[in-house]
Amino acid sequence: MEETTSRSAAVRDGLGVGLAVGLSGIAFGAAAVTAGLSVPQACVLSLLAFTGASQFALTGAVAAGGDLVAATLGALLLGGRNTLYGLRMAELLRVRGPRRLLAAHGVIDETTAVTMAQPTPESARTGFVTTFASLYTAWNLSTLAGAYGTSFLGDPAVLGLDVVGPVAFLAILWPRLAASAELRWLAAGAAAIALCATPFLPAGVPVLLSAVAVLVVLFR
Amino acid sequence: MALWWAIAAVCAGCYALKLAGLAAPRRVLEHPRVRRFAELVPVALLAALIAVQTFTAQGGLSFDPARAAGLGAAVVALLLRAPFLVVLASAAVVTALARMLLG
Repeated sequence: MEETTSRSAAVRDGLGVGLAVGLSGIAFGAAAVTAGLSVPQACVLSLLAFTGASQFALTGAVAAGGDLVAATLGALLLGGRNTLYGLRMAELLRVRGPRRLLAAHGVIDETTAVTMAQPTPESARTGFVTTFASLYTAWNLSTLAGAYGTSFLGDPAVLGLDVVGPVAFLAILWPRLAASAELRWLAAGAAAIALCATPFLPAGVPVLLSAVAVLVVLFR
Repeated sequence: MALWWAIAAVCAGCYALKLAGLAAPRRVLEHPRVRRFAELVPVALLAALIAVQTFTAQGGLSFDPARAAGLGAAVVALLLRAPFLVVLASAAVVTALARMLLG
């Protein structure tokens, strides 16, 4: 009985997070088309990369007219945190073979948050599957809607859509900044490094360079 | 075409990074520096992206008052604990209005 309750709570958590966050695919689709990507390019990123921050990072760098190699590296560096989520989730999910290949695609911020919040291993697995399925469906449909809708606008900047990318990053970052003064210093330092480097380096590189701020915090 | 290659690299790379985590031996995580690095890198990169996308244009520093106003609106919405989509929408609306008013 208790197991049934915690599993239905996991389904509820998963659907809530999946649908709410999934809707922000509209913002990604809009930001991607505003940056100059085509509708299919935006949709392929949501289907196959399926990790919001990396997707926004790539389109943001394209919008800034940046070097594509640096843009790709920046997106991959951001995707690196999913590796660490996977390390923590492997023990809970216990998936092998083809199911592991499928489950891997769903290891991102939101699924990790819901999975880790469940009280039992069974409800953790239920939470993972529900969040992954609902978020994947909603994120991809809303990317298509946002990209397709924006492609009809002559100049998306008139609607202020160019601000959506950086604001999405700010919203993702906010809870961590609110919780720790050290992270606020890190964020300010990284932003300062990137801005100071911008006039001297090709676009995309200053963002990578900002990771130097991490080493300062790590090794002081 | 070059953009498609970048997209393919990001898709393949992001998947490989996810799979590496699920498939890696457990002791990798037990190193406290790895854990700490994982926590800090996204914060630095996201903060840098916010700064660059808000305050630079065409490879130089630039101040767009409308975009800055949108970012300010987002901060207010976040302080009021607004949901994610409300934060994005208020930033876009304020940016659009500021552009209209400032011409």
